[in-house]
Amino acid sequence: MARRSTPLLRRLLAPSPSPSPAPSTPLAGAASRRTVTYMPRPGDGTPRGVTLIPGDGIGPLVTGAVRQVMEAMHAPVYFETYEVHGDMPTVPPEVIESIRRNKVCLKGGLATPVGGGVSSLNVQLRKELDLYAALVNCFNLPGLPTRHDNVDIVVIRENTEGEYSGLEHEVVPGVVESLKVITKFCSERIAKYAFEYAYLNNRKKVTAVHKANIMKLADGLFLESCREVAKKYPGIQYNEIIVDNCCMQLVGKPEQFDVMVTPNLYGNLVANVAAGIAGGTGVMPGGNAGQDHAVFEQGASAGNVGNEKILEKKRANPVALLLSSAMMLRHLQFPSFADRLETAVKNVIAEGKYRTKDLGGTSTTQEVTDAVIAKLD
Amino acid sequence: MARRSAPLLRRLVSASSPPAPQPLPGHGRRTVTYMPRPGDGTPRAVTLIPGDGIGPLVTGAVRQVMEAMHAPVYFETYEVHGDMPTVPPAVIDSIRRNKVCIKGGLATPVGGGVSSLNMQLRKELDLYASLVHCSNLPGIPTRHQGVDIVVIRENTEGEYSGLEHEVVPGVVESLKVITKFCSERIAKYAFEYAYLNNRKKVTAVHKANIMKLADGLFLESCREVASKYPGIQYNEMIVDNCSMQLVSKPEQFDVMVTPNLYGNLVANTAAGIVGGTGIMPGGNVGQDYAIFEQGASAGNVGNENIVEQRKANPVALLLSSAMMLRHLQFPSFADRLEVAVKRVIAEGTYRTKDLGGTSTTQEVTDAVIANLD
Repeated sequence: MARRSTPLLRRLLAPSPSPSPAPSTPLAGAASRRTVTYMPRPGDGTPRGVTLIPGDGIGPLVTGAVRQVMEAMHAPVYFETYEVHGDMPTVPPEVIESIRRNKVCLKGGLATPVGGGVSSLNVQLRKELDLYAALVNCFNLPGLPTRHDNVDIVVIRENTEGEYSGLEHEVVPGVVESLKVITKFCSERIAKYAFEYAYLNNRKKVTAVHKANIMKLADGLFLESCREVAKKYPGIQYNEIIVDNCCMQLVGKPEQFDVMVTPNLYGNLVANVAAGIAGGTGVMPGGNAGQDHAVFEQGASAGNVGNEKILEKKRANPVALLLSSAMMLRHLQFPSFADRLETAVKNVIAEGKYRTKDLGGTSTTQEVTDAVIAKLD
Repeated sequence: MARRSAPLLRRLVSASSPPAPQPLPGHGRRTVTYMPRPGDGTPRAVTLIPGDGIGPLVTGAVRQVMEAMHAPVYFETYEVHGDMPTVPPAVIDSIRRNKVCIKGGLATPVGGGVSSLNMQLRKELDLYASLVHCSNLPGIPTRHQGVDIVVIRENTEGEYSGLEHEVVPGVVESLKVITKFCSERIAKYAFEYAYLNNRKKVTAVHKANIMKLADGLFLESCREVASKYPGIQYNEMIVDNCSMQLVSKPEQFDVMVTPNLYGNLVANTAAGIVGGTGIMPGGNVGQDYAIFEQGASAGNVGNENIVEQRKANPVALLLSSAMMLRHLQFPSFADRLEVAVKRVIAEGTYRTKDLGGTSTTQEVTDAVIANLD
C-alpha cells in the first residue's frame, strides 16, 4: 500500500484543471451573449445624433476618449460638438437647440467661478431643459480595492429647486438671504421618478434623505410627496433617514442603501460621499434626465474640472465618462454596444495595469483609452 | 507510510468535491444602470392570442409569470382558432393599436382550401422577418456544443406565396415568387440585426445553382447589403450543404439569412440540434409590429396526449416573452425572466417530456416563478 499510494497522492496533489476561467479571460456576466436576443425593429440601427460639449479643464480630454472608443466600436452615434466654457454668461442658444433636437447630450464639466455674479452653466442647462432628476450610480468595481464592499447605491437627486434656486439677495449690507424653495410639484415628480426607476431596474428599497426635524415645512413637504408615491409601489420598501445620520451610515454600513431620493443639496453631498467610498468621482457614471431630454456626464462632482497639473500631464480619468456613455448607449436602446463598452472598461479596471493617478496608478488618459479599445470584442 | 497515507488520501479525495455552480451569465445586477425617461414604467398593452392545442396552456404560463413579476404589461386576449376562415378584424385592430402581440400556435388543416392563419397574420401586418434564436442552454445535454445561431427568414413571399392552381386535372403549378424589394429588406434586416447585436458573420442560404434567377436575385440583394457592412463577414451556402454542415459543424454559423422555405427547414434543424422546438424563442417583426411566438415550428400545436396530460413545454414561449420584454424596452424584467428560466433548466428537476423529464406545464411554471428574484 505504501508503494501504490505515492503515485496516487501525487496525482491528487497535482493541480487539477480548474473549471473556473483563467483571470485573463473576460469577466462572465455582461460579457457573455445573453441567450434571449434583442430583436430590433427595422431601422433601429440608424445612427443617432448626440450633442457633445467638451467643456473646461479635463473635459476635452475625457470627451475625446469617449469619441475614440465610440469610433472603434462603430457605434451608431455621431457627435455634434459645441464649445461651451464656464465663463460664458449663458449657454449659447444653438447648443440648447441642438440638445432639444437630438434629445441626448454628453458633456464634460463646466467650471463655475466661485463668488461673483456668474451663475453655474451646469445648473442653467439643467433648468432650461428641465432635467429634474440627477442620477449617480455608485458601485464597487471588481479590481478596485476600497475600504467598503458591497456598495451598490443609486442616488436620485432633485435637480432644479431646493437650495440651488439661485435666489439670493442682500437684505442690508452685510446680511444675505438665500432662499431654499421646495414645491409639491417638483418633490412629487422626483419621488415618482425614483420609484419608477427602482421598479424598472429591480431595486428593492428607496430611502428618502431629509432634514425635516429642522426644516419642518420644506423637507416635510418633500417627505409627504415621497410617502404618497411610496404607497403606489407596495412591492418596494421605503424608509426615511435624516441626512446627518445618513452620511454616517454611508461610511459605516453602505450596504444598507439601495436607491436614495434626495432634494438638491443633500443629493450633491450624498452622491459625492457614495462615489468616494466606492472608488472616487473619477469612476462613477451618472446622468440627468427630464421628460424629453437627457444629459450624461461624470456622475458626481460634475463641476469638477480637475487641476492644471492633471491637465498638463493629461492624466484625467476617463472611466467615469466612458461608463456614462455606456449608460447613454443603453438609454438610446443600443444594449449590445452598451454591454461591450461596459465589459471592456470593467476588464481594464479589473486587470489593473492601466490606471490613472486617482486610482493609484500612473497611466495617462490615452493609455487607458487605448486599453479599453484593445479590450473591445 | 501505509498507515498515514490512508487518512491523507481520504481527506484529499473528500476535499475535491464538485465546485460550486458558476453563477449563470447575466445573473446579478448589471453595473451600468438603465436610466429611464419619466413615464417609461407605464404598463404596455400586449395582444394575447392563446391559439389551439397547447397554445392556451403555454400562454397561460406566460401570463402567470408576468403577474408574478409585476411586469408592466397587460394582456388583451382574443380567441382565434385555426379553423376560422380568417383572422377576425378585431384582432388585427388590436395588434395595430398595441404594436406587439404574443401568441400560441394556430393549427393549420392539411390540404383543403383553408389558408394558414399564421401566414395570414404575417402578411396582413407585413411581418417580413422571422427570427429564431437557437443556442445551447446550460443543463441540457445535446450532441452538439458551441451552437449559437440566429436564423432570419423572409416571411412573406418565396414558396409560401400561396399561389397554386391546377393547370389541367392532375397537374398543379405552385408559384414561388422572389422580389428584389423583399429580398433587399430581409437582407437589410439581417445585417442590421448582426450590427446591433455584435454578431460577426452572416450566411445567406440559397439554391441558386438550380433556381438561378429566383435565388440568384436573393443573393444579389444580400451581396449589395453586405457591401455596406464591411465589418461583418458574409458568405453564401447552398441549402443542402448547409443542412449537412448544421448537423456536423454547427459552430461555424452565426446569423443566417434565408428565403421562406429554406428558413423554415433550417430553423427547425437548428432548433432540433440544441434541444428541440420546445425551448427555442423567436418572433416575427415588421416595420411597425412584432409578434412573438414559439421559435421554430410555430404551427405545431402538439398532440392530444400532451394537451390532456398538460405536459406542454412552456420554456419556448417564456423565453419569447423575455424577448418581448426586451423589445418593449424593459431590460431588467427581461433579464429576470431569462435568468429564472435558465436556472430552472440548469437545475433539471422540472422538465417536460420533450426534455426527458416528467413534469407538467404547471410545475415548470411554478418553478420559474419560485426562481424569480
